[in-house]
Amino acid sequence: MTGAKPAPAQFLARADLQHLLDALRARGYRVVGPVPRDGAVVFDEIRAVEELPHGLREAQQPGQYRIEASGRDTFFDVVNGPGSLKPYVFAPREELLQVEPDGRSFRAHETLPDAPKLAVIGVRACDLAGLAVQDRVFLEGRYPDPHYAARRRRLFLVAVNCTRSASTCFCVSMATGPEATQGFDLALTEQEQGFLVRAGSVAGEEVLRALPLAPAPAEALTRERTSLETCAATMQRSLETADLPGMLYRNLEHPRWMDVGARCLSCGNCTMVCPTCFCHDERDEPLLGEPDEAGVRSVRVREWDSCFNRDHAQVYGLNFRPKIQDRYRQWLVHKLGSWIDQFGTSGCVGCGRCITWCPVGIDLTEEVRALREPGG
Amino acid sequence: MSLGSPLLPEPAEIVEKRSYGPSIHAYRLRLLASDARPRFDFVPGQFNMVYVPGVGEVAISISSDPDDETLEHTIRIVGRTTRVIDGLGPGDVLGLRGPYGTGWPLQEARWKDVVVVTGGVGCAPVTGAIDYMFRRRANYGRLTIVHGVKKPSDLIHRERFEYWRRQGDARVLLTTDEPDRAWRDRSGVVTELFDEIEFDPSRTVLLMCGPEIMMHYAIQNLRHRGLASDRIFLSLERNMKCAVGLCGHCQLGPEFVCKDGPIFRLTRVERLLFTRGL
Repeated sequence: MTGAKPAPAQFLARADLQHLLDALRARGYRVVGPVPRDGAVVFDEIRAVEELPHGLREAQQPGQYRIEASGRDTFFDVVNGPGSLKPYVFAPREELLQVEPDGRSFRAHETLPDAPKLAVIGVRACDLAGLAVQDRVFLEGRYPDPHYAARRRRLFLVAVNCTRSASTCFCVSMATGPEATQGFDLALTEQEQGFLVRAGSVAGEEVLRALPLAPAPAEALTRERTSLETCAATMQRSLETADLPGMLYRNLEHPRWMDVGARCLSCGNCTMVCPTCFCHDERDEPLLGEPDEAGVRSVRVREWDSCFNRDHAQVYGLNFRPKIQDRYRQWLVHKLGSWIDQFGTSGCVGCGRCITWCPVGIDLTEEVRALREPGG
Repeated sequence: MSLGSPLLPEPAEIVEKRSYGPSIHAYRLRLLASDARPRFDFVPGQFNMVYVPGVGEVAISISSDPDDETLEHTIRIVGRTTRVIDGLGPGDVLGLRGPYGTGWPLQEARWKDVVVVTGGVGCAPVTGAIDYMFRRRANYGRLTIVHGVKKPSDLIHRERFEYWRRQGDARVLLTTDEPDRAWRDRSGVVTELFDEIEFDPSRTVLLMCGPEIMMHYAIQNLRHRGLASDRIFLSLERNMKCAVGLCGHCQLGPEFVCKDGPIFRLTRVERLLFTRGL
């Protein structure tokens, strides 16, 4: 997926975008892209470019997400929605083991997902960064996760460079965007006439050969630089990352935790929309009724969990994080601080989803700013 | 069969069950597959995930000696899965996967004096380490065991404490907060006994396990007496679901207690350990 240096840009006319979808489908990929649904843009299967959010953009604010007409002839002006790549590699619910009785003993087998080839169109630089963080968590530890690995190696990623940002974005601070520089198979920059296209992998190059491409006009390349630089320069939010883990560790008793704990509903939305949060529950579920042909009587499943759930740190009678402020502190200190100790990278990629999808509009960049102020 | 897969439980038969009161039992388990035991080689302090088919898993430290063919787990009946284990006995089959986590520093402690401080029923993770040292008694210097319980009925493994006491070359101090008429030992909290124990900070290793509040006061007291943080080892308890550092529940700051612990050198965790709600 990664490794190859992005090739020089070529040009794909707007009217030819459908060829990309067709080329991917012809290669056996299920194609997923951004589609407007229920007032938001989410990833779902697409067959035709008409399903993309044409002529739309979104307005994001803390606790607010609105889709509106952009008046522009574009497909990719909506920066992001609640969905990231996470569910496509780390399934929200997944079977890990099947267990069947064997006399007085039992037999357990690992179940691996039958992952179809999946192409995702419209992946943003922050999402690629999120995936790279997840790769470290799931694949680079002492026990690489075979379930994640099975899905990960079937992915084909078509990135779209961001030429506009949402008000909640802060990828520049996290050095993850707005331009996709690695980890994609293809990267697009949308312009009025069409798309600048680059391959980032051998598989990407192979797909490009099936498309009606023209050499990229020099003027389009200049315009691309300008639009990416403008997007970065006009980004509204920022997060000061200097000494961030140290600052957080030094301020574990800062009064701001109580303040944010009083506003936080502990609903866990931020962890569900976060492209890197990996907490999950594991439990055994007996299958009711007659055993199937293989005699399976129970399965172990894992399911997304959240450090905001009240019993997350509970061991029978003892709850190590009983208060909401304890759980918010765990989330933020982990995401921005101890994640770096654990995985050598921040757990935050600056996508801003946790800000937008927080029902009470808690903004982690604001919380960090307040934590940097001396406590009362 | 389970080679390479850290998540597959290995069937193990209960060969012995000893009860310490109505809600604590020690189970000796024999792995059914004849070639499985080497994969379960462990250091005292490490734990296994004990599995009840179709019900669930619990993280339980291994309380037997590493040289024993069977594996012992001392289990307190506190939740859904352990309630099912409560009803099991010899001949029943459980699953095991492991061992996981870090063990007690029994190599580092060789030729040194060892002080073991435990509280409540939290002594199970350290009894295996004490037995280990008694079986290799010549390798260790002066041995002091201080154990406190809230009430006398919380004292499990009494016969083991008596056995260690009878060996004559270890000091065993037992105390309870709420002595009854039958109690023959001390009363009060464990830290009150520290004045009675003698140790040379330069040649002592401390192993500690129990409620964090007890460890907090014990550390204050013993550091005051010159014991360095890097000679203090703690067994921590957190919510463990996966045991491989992936599910996220057992975190303490940057540590995944399941794989970076459960035994920590104090220097590694001291800035985080006693921050409330972490």
